Amino acid sequence: MTTNISFLLNGDEISYDIKDHWTLLHLLREEMGLIGTKEGCGNGECGACTVIVDKLAVNSCLYLAVEADGKTIETIEGLASTEGSLHPLQQSFVDNGGIQCGFCTPGMIMSSKALLDENPGADREEIKHALAGNICRCTGYIQIFESVEAAKEPVVENRGGQNE
Amino acid sequence: MKAFKYLSPTTVEEAIAFHGRHSETAKYIGGGTDVIVKVKEGWMEPDYLISLKKIEEMSELHKNDATGELSIGAMVTHATLEKSLMIRNEYPIIYDAVSNIGSLQVRNVGTIGGNLINAVPSADGAIPLIALDGVALLHGPDGERSVEVKDLFIAPYKTVLKPREILKKITIPPQEPHTGSAYIKFGRRAAMELPLIGIGVLLTLDDDDTCAKARICLGVAAPTPMRAFDAENFLVGKKIDENILIEAGKIAADESKVRDSIRGKAWHRKEMIRVHVRRMGLKCLNMIKDNY
Repeated sequence: MTTNISFLLNGDEISYDIKDHWTLLHLLREEMGLIGTKEGCGNGECGACTVIVDKLAVNSCLYLAVEADGKTIETIEGLASTEGSLHPLQQSFVDNGGIQCGFCTPGMIMSSKALLDENPGADREEIKHALAGNICRCTGYIQIFESVEAAKEPVVENRGGQNE
Repeated sequence: MKAFKYLSPTTVEEAIAFHGRHSETAKYIGGGTDVIVKVKEGWMEPDYLISLKKIEEMSELHKNDATGELSIGAMVTHATLEKSLMIRNEYPIIYDAVSNIGSLQVRNVGTIGGNLINAVPSADGAIPLIALDGVALLHGPDGERSVEVKDLFIAPYKTVLKPREILKKITIPPQEPHTGSAYIKFGRRAAMELPLIGIGVLLTLDDDDTCAKARICLGVAAPTPMRAFDAENFLVGKKIDENILIEAGKIAADESKVRDSIRGKAWHRKEMIRVHVRRMGLKCLNMIKDNY
């Protein structure tokens, strides 16, 4: 019941002997010591364990580690630069009060990253739709939505050929 | 979580053979968003999980332009359906339903086939497929058989599938012109919520604007997804307007078998059927008008 899997984790090639019944969350936290990803409900209700697998946000508590074989995985640990400067989304959550206790934050940020990577101009409704699976019990969501909006790349307006 | 061995066959036949070898203790797994919860909670204790993820044909979403038939592999994820422009434009009732199943994290992994097989009374994924006269293709040790999606369910959490059978795909027959369809999941939280009631309506109009076909499908209105046949029959042959739809809503509410539950009261569910059959019906009419 041990299987060897290989995957790309935050840009690093990883090869690991895993048990078939391990979740990806178990592998990350309990085996590899990457405790940035949180376990909340353990049943896919709260989104605290959200990581990105092949560009899609998934609940790592319901995702089997064995299925990570050959995949590209991103976790919260991969966001800040090696020199320690924060990713624009992380900085935006800090600047806009999107964090309070911080437990939901890694999941919120990974869901937001998956969204903005796919749809850099996401509007408020699209942000709400993408974050509906992430529960926060402190800030009350408004600051979180504002944090995501503030982290969007500034949109260059098309002036329709009119010169100023 | 209980230890199990994970098997990943690449063909349906291989999956069925695996199941035959370990029949008592093997379970099929699709996206896993339901199965893993069940294993974690101890409601399911498999020694073997047979994954259907590597069976490529089961993940295909394809519309045959020559015949107009839509084929949805059972392993197609909700997110794939939600993001498909073809689904959004031509089968809006499917888009309405799948875009509100679970959460984005669940839709990215969870599959339409898994949603059907799970057979919860709310079955968001089933309602549109029933309204579209979908047919499920089942594959078992003795070969294939077809079952209409509306006949797939026999009780809560129970389908007609035999233990080793696999739901391979769902086919949707070609849609007639002048058809509109819409679904609403009525509940409280936007995500990870089972609906208080689910209402799907599909209308096809003749050239003279009379109703040629009507489907009114309800989730959580009975132990299994149901069609409101009385309301459908009432609509067929009539010129549809708001008053007719109000009447159809009343009939559908009356023939529903709603009951009180932790999520809501029977009277509330009846009211919501009444209101939303009218609203979804009007949505269908607007769609048909816009596409003329």
